Amino acid sequence: MSKQKLIVPDKKLVSRRSALKLGGAGAAAALMGPGFVRYAQAQSSEPIRIGFQVHKTGIGAAYGKWYGQTTDAAVKLINEAGGISGRPIEIIAEDDATDPGRGAEVVEKFATQHKCDVAFGTLFSHVVMGSAPRAGELKIPYFVVSEGHHVASGKLNRYTFQPGITDVRSQVISMAPWIAKNLGKKVAMIFPDFAFGYDHRDYFSAAIKAQGGEVNALIPIPPTETSFSRYFPQIPADTEVIYHVMVGPAVLTFVKELGEYYGSNHPPLFGFIDSLEAVSLKSPGLEFLEGSYFWEAYPRYAGAKPTDADTFYRGKVGVDQYGASVSDPNDVSTYSHMFGCWETLYIIKQAMEAAGYTSTADRAKLIEAVEAITTIPEGNEHPQGDKVFNGKIHQVFGHQNITQVKNGVGELVYRTTIEEGMYEPEDDYSKMAL
Amino acid sequence: MGFFPHLLLAILEGTVAAAVLALSALGLALVFGVMRVVNVAHGEFFMLGAMLAWWVAKSVPGGPAAGFLAALIIAPLAVGALAFVTERLLLRRINYDPEATIVATIGLMFVIQQLALTVFGADAKAVSAPFTYRIALPWFGFSGYKLFVVVASVFILLAVWWVLARTKWGLVMRVTQFDRETATAFGIPVNRVYSAVFVAGAALVAVAAVLIVPIQQAHYLMGLDPLLMSFIVVIIGGLGSIKGSVIAAVIIGMADGIISMFFSPTLASIIATLAVALVLVFRPQGLFGVATR
Amino acid sequence: MTARILLLHGAVIVALFLAQYVASDYAVLTLTRIMVLAVYALGYNILFGYAGLLSLGHAMFFATGLYAAALGVTRLGMAVPEAFLFAAVCGVIVSFVTGLIVLRASGVAFMIVTLMFSQAAFLTVLYFGDITRGDEGIVIKDDQRVFPVFGHAVNLADLLVRYNIALAFLALAMFLCLAVVRSRIGHVLVAIRENENRTAMLGYDVKRYKLIAFVLSGSFAALAGASYALLFAYAGSTLASIQYSIHPLLWTLLGGAATVLGPVLGTALMFLLVDFASGFTSASLLFVGVVLILLVLFFPKGILGTIRQRWLRWLP
Repeated sequence: MSKQKLIVPDKKLVSRRSALKLGGAGAAAALMGPGFVRYAQAQSSEPIRIGFQVHKTGIGAAYGKWYGQTTDAAVKLINEAGGISGRPIEIIAEDDATDPGRGAEVVEKFATQHKCDVAFGTLFSHVVMGSAPRAGELKIPYFVVSEGHHVASGKLNRYTFQPGITDVRSQVISMAPWIAKNLGKKVAMIFPDFAFGYDHRDYFSAAIKAQGGEVNALIPIPPTETSFSRYFPQIPADTEVIYHVMVGPAVLTFVKELGEYYGSNHPPLFGFIDSLEAVSLKSPGLEFLEGSYFWEAYPRYAGAKPTDADTFYRGKVGVDQYGASVSDPNDVSTYSHMFGCWETLYIIKQAMEAAGYTSTADRAKLIEAVEAITTIPEGNEHPQGDKVFNGKIHQVFGHQNITQVKNGVGELVYRTTIEEGMYEPEDDYSKMAL
Repeated sequence: MGFFPHLLLAILEGTVAAAVLALSALGLALVFGVMRVVNVAHGEFFMLGAMLAWWVAKSVPGGPAAGFLAALIIAPLAVGALAFVTERLLLRRINYDPEATIVATIGLMFVIQQLALTVFGADAKAVSAPFTYRIALPWFGFSGYKLFVVVASVFILLAVWWVLARTKWGLVMRVTQFDRETATAFGIPVNRVYSAVFVAGAALVAVAAVLIVPIQQAHYLMGLDPLLMSFIVVIIGGLGSIKGSVIAAVIIGMADGIISMFFSPTLASIIATLAVALVLVFRPQGLFGVATR
Repeated sequence: MTARILLLHGAVIVALFLAQYVASDYAVLTLTRIMVLAVYALGYNILFGYAGLLSLGHAMFFATGLYAAALGVTRLGMAVPEAFLFAAVCGVIVSFVTGLIVLRASGVAFMIVTLMFSQAAFLTVLYFGDITRGDEGIVIKDDQRVFPVFGHAVNLADLLVRYNIALAFLALAMFLCLAVVRSRIGHVLVAIRENENRTAMLGYDVKRYKLIAFVLSGSFAALAGASYALLFAYAGSTLASIQYSIHPLLWTLLGGAATVLGPVLGTALMFLLVDFASGFTSASLLFVGVVLILLVLFFPKGILGTIRQRWLRWLP
């Protein structure tokens, strides 16, 4: 028997090697060079190109939609007023699927393919962590709207900023004094068993201790959990406050089951509106939240006496006094997060104009201009409130709000001072080379 | 809370978990058992059932109970129709080849997910249970509806068992599963049986979703968990054995409920996952596996 | 090995090498990523395409390499080359031990067992979140990615340095794969795939060959993971999740299982598709899904597999 190759029969056919090589070369060529016809855009030096990294799909999709809407409103307003130094803003949006790997690719695309001046918009912490290193390497200023503590912690790089939204550490520590004074000092904490939850666990535990209180139970819940009743027995009977910060679609189940478990006899609840962004407090099963308290970065209910800036902002973005879409009252927005896009765009404008930004060669000047920002006044450009920016850790500090649910609506109960959320900077980006 | 009330809660939770598992896995057990195809889009059929339950409840006047009943009819019909189209246009044309089916159904999974995102939106949607009744025990409260789900699942499982064991259709299905070639020789239209089984499996999972969604919530990415859990249950229980799937669901549900109550949940998950893997390593046909010829 | 096979594969490498001189920055960046992940797919293909074992848990090996390298550099103070070797050794050990257990199952049970082990690995990453930082992940700082080679400082933050390192890996992986596939081991694996019982009856130690394939496959995955962490400066638990087990399966099937160039082509194409689709629709996954379905209906053997079947019978 002649030597038979098991994989391929030993036949000599007309060589199609050239065809394959052409195909291979064709595929390779399609990948490179000036790129697809579709990608070739007229390189105009007129508009300022801002890459918008948005979670259009994936677990962050609910936020992504509202981030997009707020960004569009802000850009329209800025362009109507003349743009940045007379140049209009052009937003190039790319979906990162709420995935860190894809986020990094999107940053690369902004910097190299789309030739953006800056990039902004990322929300979920793990995506920021995956994407920011690429921004640092490609030297593109990267403004995240994430509320994670990663920027301020010094783990990232000098190109990454968070000037439009406060970080979780600041939010958490500013809640401790009010909780200790008004609700109780023995706190049971229920939090998701990953980085976001750990931030709450660590910072709040320290903060409540500083108020003379204690955390009497730490209940971490795996992020993929779908049923929560099994955790509730761990809440000690003498708990004075239940602090919960569950995130993800399962929150509705969490609240429902908490209600079923406790009935009407339960300790006061303090939660973070992150759990219920884009969800109506009047949803079925959430009746249990009546009377409970929430942290909100920016209260979704405008209240009896809203500021002019707030009314202006709501009108432009298209939400009503309850924080829901004007075209569909059941479509609740992510009100405590999306303002960050609006304010960040205005910061970009402010810094670019202060630095005299003309092209990507001025990126270093832009970075220094952002780092030089100190106080930010309340107004149409910053409707959430006045803020203080720390150029060393690239993080902004602002007011936090505590609301109480009454008849399915969160009424403002307390607004913190900026100082209540301050902490010592852990690092100094401004000393790093650019 | 004392040990016994704690254990009672764990047992109740475990029972509900077992019921949910058994319901979600039933459709897959049927499809996998008879047709031997891995339908990766199984979880998406579940998700669609849940989404439709929400949408029907929203659109039908008359309160949650009316919405629930309407959804029980509409969701399985709609999802079954989708399954029918999938089977005809896709599965049959690739001749139920195992690898090709996996890829095709992965593609289908992506398509359904994205369509759900576009049509229904990205937020989680709460669905009211047809009735709310809180059972107030001295140590904790428990949802009456959850126990209703347990009862309903027993009912459905018995109904499916009865169809398989006592009716002609059931006989035809079992014969096709046992030996396809001989079944054909006896004049059984195997292709039509496959179609019917695939549609029935999808309809069953839609019914499961309608029952389960008031306990959880509807979200476009919710399909992954039921998919994984259903597969585990079916494989552990043993291919081709509904009884095995049910028993596996009970074991896994109860173990999960009880273990995670007393240990760190992530650690409990790790142990449970490895335990499942080891069962399969040493007994690959599952607990009650039926070998085919 | 015949000349034309060597020439073909060599030509692909040469073409990729030359590409860096004509390609845009974006293309270079994307290609770097594609090349690293193609190594992952190549490894997966050894087990799936040639040995016929469908694993749904390769993310655990990718993650082993990923975290070994990232932790090596950030916590154990290793330099880049050391961390890489460390990751390779970890990959071999983990795949060997896992293989001993997992290969006792076969067929559908094998699929689920690998899936379960991978899921357990994913959960373990989360469980040791204090070290791994869970889903938020580990960022490798720039200064940790510079290392000396024969007196020159090599900086992994540099675009072209990264590209060429990735290319070197791909070349290595590809030729190793080619060598295995054309050797006796490769032929026995194909025999096992086609009919395991008969191969055993012919006197081959089927278990040993399967284990070899498994370890090779897992090690390639670990190396790809290590490269990914070191070249892109990030390791996070999302990279250990189920999607990253499905990816190499998809890429391999798209490009053509049981061909050496198939996984490389498949990886590149999938990236292209997603990139292309996300340009005009936010539902890029929908587009990918449709492509997969069409692929399965009309090109069930993947692109190169179909090409081999119809025209180029000698393609390995």
